[in-house]
Amino acid sequence: MQARAHFYTSPRLRGEVGAKRRVRGTLHESNARREAPHPDLLPAKGGEKEKRQRHFPARGQGWKLIAISLLLWMAFAAVGAGAVQPDEIMPDPVKEARARGLSRELRCMVCQNQSIDDSEAPLARDLRLLVRERIAAGDSDAKVLDFLVARYGEFVLLKPRFEPRTLLLWLLPPLVLIGGGIALWINRRRAGSVAEDPALRDLTTDEHARLKKLLASD
Amino acid sequence: MIAEAGHYALVLALALALIQSTLPVLGARWRDPALMSVARSTALAQLLFVALSFAALVTLHVTSDFSVVNVYENSHSLKPLIYKITGVWGNHEGSMLLWVSILALFGGLVAAFGQNLPMALRALVLAVQAWIASAFYLFILITSNPFLRIAEPPIEGRDLNPVLQDIGLAVHPPMLYLGYVGFSISFSFAVAALIEGRIDAAWARWVRPWTLMAWIFLTLGIAMGSYWAYYELGWGGWWFWDPVENASLMPWLAGTALLHSAVVMEKRNALKVWTILLAILTFSLSLLGTFLVRSGVLTSVHAFATDPTRGVFILLILCIFIGGSLSLFAWRASALKQGGLFAPISREGALVLNNLLLTTACATVFVGTLYPLGLEVLTGEKISVGAPFFNLTFGPLFLPLMIAMPFGPLLAWKRGDLLGVAQRLTAAGVAALLAVALVWAWARGGATLAPLAIGLAVFVIAGALNDIVERSGVLRLPLASAISRARGLPRSTWGTMFAHAGIGIALIGIVCETTWNSEYIGSMQPGDVAKVAGYELKLDGVTQRKGPNFSEMVAHFDVGLDGRPLSAMTPSKRNYPARGSSTTEAALLSRGASQLYISLGDTAANGAVAVRIYHKPMVLLIWFGPVLMAFGGLLSLSDRRLRVGAPKPARTVRGLQAAE
Repeated sequence: MQARAHFYTSPRLRGEVGAKRRVRGTLHESNARREAPHPDLLPAKGGEKEKRQRHFPARGQGWKLIAISLLLWMAFAAVGAGAVQPDEIMPDPVKEARARGLSRELRCMVCQNQSIDDSEAPLARDLRLLVRERIAAGDSDAKVLDFLVARYGEFVLLKPRFEPRTLLLWLLPPLVLIGGGIALWINRRRAGSVAEDPALRDLTTDEHARLKKLLASD
Repeated sequence: MIAEAGHYALVLALALALIQSTLPVLGARWRDPALMSVARSTALAQLLFVALSFAALVTLHVTSDFSVVNVYENSHSLKPLIYKITGVWGNHEGSMLLWVSILALFGGLVAAFGQNLPMALRALVLAVQAWIASAFYLFILITSNPFLRIAEPPIEGRDLNPVLQDIGLAVHPPMLYLGYVGFSISFSFAVAALIEGRIDAAWARWVRPWTLMAWIFLTLGIAMGSYWAYYELGWGGWWFWDPVENASLMPWLAGTALLHSAVVMEKRNALKVWTILLAILTFSLSLLGTFLVRSGVLTSVHAFATDPTRGVFILLILCIFIGGSLSLFAWRASALKQGGLFAPISREGALVLNNLLLTTACATVFVGTLYPLGLEVLTGEKISVGAPFFNLTFGPLFLPLMIAMPFGPLLAWKRGDLLGVAQRLTAAGVAALLAVALVWAWARGGATLAPLAIGLAVFVIAGALNDIVERSGVLRLPLASAISRARGLPRSTWGTMFAHAGIGIALIGIVCETTWNSEYIGSMQPGDVAKVAGYELKLDGVTQRKGPNFSEMVAHFDVGLDGRPLSAMTPSKRNYPARGSSTTEAALLSRGASQLYISLGDTAANGAVAVRIYHKPMVLLIWFGPVLMAFGGLLSLSDRRLRVGAPKPARTVRGLQAAE
């Protein structure tokens, strides 16, 4: 929560987002306070949201409150459905495809677990435009990501880089697999060789003959 | 009055649960049948009182009694009746009440249908159930009471979050909870076995139907949630690797492993310790899911820290139950005798491989979901782990799993013949290669991985059919006798076939949807035509409409294919004034298993509507697969061998044994 508030108190974003809001407000009222149709609002997940609403006073208690709640909404709500707006799309389909691919790897930082490709939050739009700007300027994919990380921190990457602090994250799955395999092997050796179990040995030729005879006489 | 009665019923249920937690354990210790049979009556009485409490809350919601906080915050007098009812579990307090109701339901079922269980085992199982129940009753009564009143009742409620006013969401949480909570039975059985220090093949036979039942519900619940997200959230995604989704996926993975290891235990009396551990882990993951979702810790670590009562309470429950059961396991597991040796290449070996891969997949989801939380708590650094991480790590684990899947059921117990099985799978392999070639030829220049993945899916499906085809002899015997042989096959064989084929079918859907999905994003004026995947979609016009508690803007599309008119589609955007929020209602048009999908964006000043149109090939298979899997589970459940309360003949003998 703090981190999100932090983003919106940064002058650059506050200015940008505020401006966008005003434009949007005059164009379409319905957007002003749209809630996030996002999986985190499943009823089983309502806890946090419910709490949030209890903390903030009901609407209609003076414009100040409205303004504050609007601001909070912007901070919390991953607004809307679908994301890329028609006016954002790049003319070059190859570059646009690259932009879409990159967008899926970047987190909308004011949303819960949404990529900027999925989120309609104003910040996600800014980031999408920024990605396209960098691509248009001729940056490689890696350079675009570096640029965004330099600006917003590692938090923006949905797939963390492989570095010391994410070592465990990346290595745990293979370690579990290998460790499990080794544990099974040791367990088997301790349990004893299969060959010692008479039930698991193949029949001797003698027994084969007897079996054949028994089956034939049946 | 109703609210107070509901509250009181819940308190009584807690009292009953406390009795059920203690007396039967003593009874089992002292071999006192009277004390042990207390469990049965208290479990049934508990079910009655929790049901009363739940009914009370439903009544309050249906009658729109806004003097109750929970109703005021989540209901509205104009809301359609169905959503008044489903709104009961569309919020924290109500959904916790649903949680304990289902827990009590399962306890009641064990009490009612578990008469053939050894008496001591049944008493212990019900006692462990009551431990869980007591903890959650306390949680509800202390931190999340749904029956609290408001001193000055408001005249109108604040309405349920509109995205939850949907039929998919009406059914999704109960399904999911039936799965989550259903695993508590396997957990209780495992803990009871550890306390008794005795476990045998019969134990697995008793546990399996319950696990299977929970697994069926969880499978359907997850699939339904995914379909809901697909059509309601408006951008056509169906799985987001959201922590909340992961919270339900982890118990599913562990539960699937448990189902398979329980087979080994039942048939071969092997893998006992592991099966017990899996049963504990599966329910622990269900509890973890409840914690993640209910504590708010996912939204933000700071949010958790600022209002920690609920979170800390659940964390406490989590630590007590997971820690307690794992300690018990560490202490007692060595007392359980291992049995049943087997060669690595055998049915048991295949099932062990299945368990290894599923557990690793589960661990991957676990670390990916919790790592950011842990890192932030420990170092304050924030990182994100999202879909790209999971796709990269989780996907490769399913590859060997699916390759091995057709082999497993064909291998013999104890020692199998891999070469022989490979020969029997020749036809499936040929079908797979053919599929790869066909898809590759059809989609030349496209993704190279997609044809291979489809080939794998075909291999899984054909491999699943293989067993049935061979055993019914449909290719070599006259049809009539083949049919009668097919009917004679055990239902569980059919169940395996459907469940395994379901995985393959879902994979086809996933691959097609992600690879050949086409989309159109643009602003459309009335009269404009959009072309997507050969379909022409003409925007006829936009109208306004009023619903019971919302107003909506509806766009009318005429869909045509090759100049011929096909159908009309009407996506809409709804505005719910009570909450000042809106939802996108996507329009779907199914063509076979593929779908056209339209969702609306904003309207510009000149009347142009931002429109997103997708063509999603084979997308319905993604959910048809899980439905098939659940159907397979149902078939297995109806197998005579597994029917709840199956081992009847031994009943009297076991009863005597337990009471000695």
